[in-house]
Amino acid sequence: MIPASVEEVAAGLQKVGYLPGESTALVAYLAARLGKPVLVEGPAGVGKTELAKALAAYLERDLVRLQCYEGLDEAKALYEWNYRKQLLRIQAEADGTGWQAVQDDIFGEEFLLARPLLQAIANPEPVVLLIDEIDKTDQEFEAMLLELLSDFQISIPELGRIEARTHPVVLLTSNNSRELTEALKRRCLYLWLDYPTAERELEIIHLHAPGLPETVATRLVEVVGMVRELDLKKPPSIAESIDWARALLLLGAEDIDQQVFRDTLSIIVKHRTDLDTVAERVGVRLAA
Amino acid sequence: MPLDAHIVGFAEALRSEGVAIGTSELNDAFAVLGAVPWTRPGPFKEALAATLAKSPEDRRVFDLVFERYFFRATEGAALQAGVREGEARDANGPGGDRIDFDALREQILEAIRREDEAALRDLARLSIAAFGRRGEGSGVLGVDVQRIRRALGLRSEPAGLVKGEGAAEEPPLTRDQIRRFEAHLRRELERAQIERTQALPPSRPLNELDRALPTGPAQDLAAVHRVVAQLKRRLATQGHQARGQARHAQVDVRRTMRASLQTGGVPVVLKYRPRRPRRPELYVLCDVSTSVTSASVFFLSVLHALHDSFRRMRSFVFVERISEVTDVFARERSFKAVNEAISKDAGVADVSGYTDYGRVWREFLVQVEDDLHPRATVIVLGDARTNGRDPRADIFAEISEHAGRTFWLNPEPKLYWNYGDSVIDAYMPFCEAYECWTTRQLEDFVKALTRPAAA
Repeated sequence: MIPASVEEVAAGLQKVGYLPGESTALVAYLAARLGKPVLVEGPAGVGKTELAKALAAYLERDLVRLQCYEGLDEAKALYEWNYRKQLLRIQAEADGTGWQAVQDDIFGEEFLLARPLLQAIANPEPVVLLIDEIDKTDQEFEAMLLELLSDFQISIPELGRIEARTHPVVLLTSNNSRELTEALKRRCLYLWLDYPTAERELEIIHLHAPGLPETVATRLVEVVGMVRELDLKKPPSIAESIDWARALLLLGAEDIDQQVFRDTLSIIVKHRTDLDTVAERVGVRLAA
Repeated sequence: MPLDAHIVGFAEALRSEGVAIGTSELNDAFAVLGAVPWTRPGPFKEALAATLAKSPEDRRVFDLVFERYFFRATEGAALQAGVREGEARDANGPGGDRIDFDALREQILEAIRREDEAALRDLARLSIAAFGRRGEGSGVLGVDVQRIRRALGLRSEPAGLVKGEGAAEEPPLTRDQIRRFEAHLRRELERAQIERTQALPPSRPLNELDRALPTGPAQDLAAVHRVVAQLKRRLATQGHQARGQARHAQVDVRRTMRASLQTGGVPVVLKYRPRRPRRPELYVLCDVSTSVTSASVFFLSVLHALHDSFRRMRSFVFVERISEVTDVFARERSFKAVNEAISKDAGVADVSGYTDYGRVWREFLVQVEDDLHPRATVIVLGDARTNGRDPRADIFAEISEHAGRTFWLNPEPKLYWNYGDSVIDAYMPFCEAYECWTTRQLEDFVKALTRPAAA
């Protein structure tokens, strides 16, 4: 399914529980339309990974996810030869089979273990490929991705080139912990996601915690906004404000006063030093 | 000029402001414009931004250049076509000269609150017209903008918002909202000027102040912390990068053979040699005397970050004498507490408060001589200003001989090295010296630190 307009994407994403901003909907639409990979950057917890999931749900495609980490290599990201199976194959071989026959045999697709990137490309149905936290890997890995991102193909020395049967929608996310290479950026559309405005966050809260009284929701968004202003080790993410909203709903809170705030603070702030800072700077501003 | 020429021209303007745009990005921009309803300003701008500006800094420059370029482009086209708006303005301002500033202010506040850009634009014109009749125009854009704003009584402080009844309930204007109105004023003034002179003013490059992401004074320390946190992660990954050259682990033949005994001598399970990361042992000496005051907060946060990343590390601060602060860092997690503890009870200044490098080296050597070994790294953070005392490079040489590698981070620009009482030249033969007073220079140093030692 290829969406016909930006508005359609915005409505579709909203239907699966993701409220996109204007530029988010536009870039998502372009990604689906033009088949360009998208590099999504922004602070932790603004819904970068969630965007990929929502996009997959909206486009009715499978989500193939590659979680990056230090030391990730081709064997875990692209493909690997199934060494044991190859070995068994050789062992099971009757005497007298020529070397050539065996060699052709054991480097076939049957002995290939497809890892996420190869899976995404070789899938008969188009998928959404999420390469999560690309900044956690080293530069060599980025270089390896270039072939995949610009031509949607993977070269396997023993087999030759494997070209994509279908065009996946590719999203790369980064927390900006390291500058990505120019070569990678050049191949991607760029989307910067930031914390949502108060109104949008209020909408998000309404969507995910229906039934929360209007006054509480408004106050909650205000408080979260104030907390994010502080210089914290880890500012509260959108997911955490949703969690908080649900917790307040469960507790049947009528308003966020100092007591409620103190009791539920640990849902949005998760560092000891941060807890102190927030209690000191925000807690006192609430009604007793 | 057709649209495609304008887009290329826009990309050219971005390049001249230092945004790296390749031909492939331009191609993308055109491909993208083909797919969006680009006749509306929102999608047009966002689509260009998604293909041309690929970092938050670039995006900031993009927004400024976009504003400037397309404003000039429209005005240029209007000039060529001979379109004038002067007559229209008089027509749509009913009773233009009777509009007083109070009524105008109410309307502007209302428009700002509704975020109605079109209304703001009209109101900006009205204000300029009304202001013009008062005859206070200076002819200088920036000055006029501020005079008009003041005449309207628009201020960002909550106290000076609107005088009169009901003002207390009105939410105060933020700095941002005022700035947006000022931008409208500026643009309309500029437009009027162009119409008057029938020529585009020469385009100016962006100044550094506009270009930088907005910051406040309180954010400076936070910025250092953020970069140091980044550095922390880099320190963690850089080592891996060095290892990446031997990406595939080596098969350990002996252990593979031993394991193959279980499967009748067929090596089904491969055993790999474990990867051993280089785990540097660090000794850091940090100057906290008055001559490096401005740099010492930076240095201490570096020290703090290093402590988080390296398990095996000992740190010392010094002025006249030396004091080990490893425990302070181990005990205190918060930077503020560390800073206080060090300034209060490190006891490093003796009498004069001037750095005595000779004594520092001697004391350091006594304390750690037995522990220093060729895999250890010594880092000195200081300006090498001895205040005329003997640098005692011979003791420093001895330290450097015991340690594997020795680095010197100097917070002064290279230009001032060996000038006055700086004696860094005396130490240079025994260490690698780096100029280091910004986070970028620190990164360069980190790369050097995690690079395997030159054979």
